[in-house]
Amino acid sequence: MSNGQNGAELRLVTPGMAIGPVAGKRIGSGAIAQNDTIIATRLGWTKEFNNTVSVDPINSAYMPRSGDLIVAVVAEVRNNLWFMNINGPFQGLLPMSLAPWKVEFGAARQHMGIGDVVLARVQEVDECHNVVLTMKGVGLRRLNQGTIVNVPINHIDRLRGEGNATVQRLRDAADSRIIIGENGRVWIDGNAEGTAWAREAVALTQASGHKTTFEAELSALEQNAPKKGDA
Amino acid sequence: MGGYGDVQLLRDDGLRLDGRKIDEMRPMTIEAGVLPAADGSAMVTHGLNVAVAAVYGPMEAHPRKIQRQDRAVIDVRYNMAPFSTSDRIRPGYNRRSREISKVTAEALESVVLVERYPRSKIRVEIEILAAEAGTRCAGLTAAAVALADAGIPMRDLIVGVASGKVEGTVVLDLDKAEDNYGQADLPVGILPNTGEIAFLQMDGDLSPDEYNLAMEYNFKAAAEIHEIMVDALKRRYEGGEN
Repeated sequence: MSNGQNGAELRLVTPGMAIGPVAGKRIGSGAIAQNDTIIATRLGWTKEFNNTVSVDPINSAYMPRSGDLIVAVVAEVRNNLWFMNINGPFQGLLPMSLAPWKVEFGAARQHMGIGDVVLARVQEVDECHNVVLTMKGVGLRRLNQGTIVNVPINHIDRLRGEGNATVQRLRDAADSRIIIGENGRVWIDGNAEGTAWAREAVALTQASGHKTTFEAELSALEQNAPKKGDA
Repeated sequence: MGGYGDVQLLRDDGLRLDGRKIDEMRPMTIEAGVLPAADGSAMVTHGLNVAVAAVYGPMEAHPRKIQRQDRAVIDVRYNMAPFSTSDRIRPGYNRRSREISKVTAEALESVVLVERYPRSKIRVEIEILAAEAGTRCAGLTAAAVALADAGIPMRDLIVGVASGKVEGTVVLDLDKAEDNYGQADLPVGILPNTGEIAFLQMDGDLSPDEYNLAMEYNFKAAAEIHEIMVDALKRRYEGGEN
């Protein structure tokens, strides 16, 4: 258990499973109260923190939040905006006013077409789940090269590591640029060997990210990392 | 339901043709996460039935006219593979698969917390690879495990189970002969933790007492199946904390 957790033991629960009595506890995400009993609504690990019982889901859809850095794919183009696939239940909207270029009305297609990949930030999410994206900001741009790998949302923190330590290890070992989008898309750009190794490391996260053996497996994989300048 | 006919479905020793007791289920196995491309998936083998379910989403609902402003829609497609029975099935949608897709979607909507994802769609694909009576129940069970595997929030794991009547006797979990030549079939979708019924269909005739006995068998079997479902999900993610 990490610092600050207390009370209920950490255990794997499935939807509908009773976690325990409500008994003055607050209900967090992944759980509901039913007849004075806390019921899990997701497959995941129970967690109790500051008298709040919640379930950390093993799998979940990306729910956009304001400020998230994401890797988005153009899904539709209109005269003055782009609809972006953000790997979530809702599409994101990128108006031409928030694009990094000066876009004339009707000329959106000249800058980005369907399938183009961009690094964007979530500007705003309203109560109706309308998502507005922005590409105005440092580092936000169209991604013209590299490859995209998907990882489960709940493995992102582990892939990133404490203070970005793990992703920095991957960057160094693969000698590649790696950007982790909050929406579960990882952009990798480097030479062929480095990219292939980084993909393998990210795939390992997908397969073993939820296991306690993950750190050891990643260290073993690091031994096989391509040497810098191999390409 | 073929009526009585000359087919003997219960042996003289009180057991059924395949040697099961009247309240005994066919063997069942469940495996979660069988399809890597899906957000969640499961395979159920129940007797000779093999059902695979895949869940995609939640995703933007298209076409936009199917969007609901306050909740997600669940789009279920139940399909029997052409090779799933001894007589080849004509590929594509038919009246039966449409009906089963509809009732399965309605059953799932009652357990999934659809209000969490307004304007979106959760796509559930159920493919029956081998059929031996009870495919809608196997498909529903597989769909529930696949939804849980995909991380979709739900009130409970819904269980599909069926009872019926053969030669005037209420039996649990009809096989193909009993389904074809029996007198009644009662498939239900049960929420094991609350005891709620999310869907119920009945083909044939049952007296009130027979109905109650059939439901008793169904609830007993649902508890057993629920344990197998939970075990399948836990097995997939065993090996450490998140």
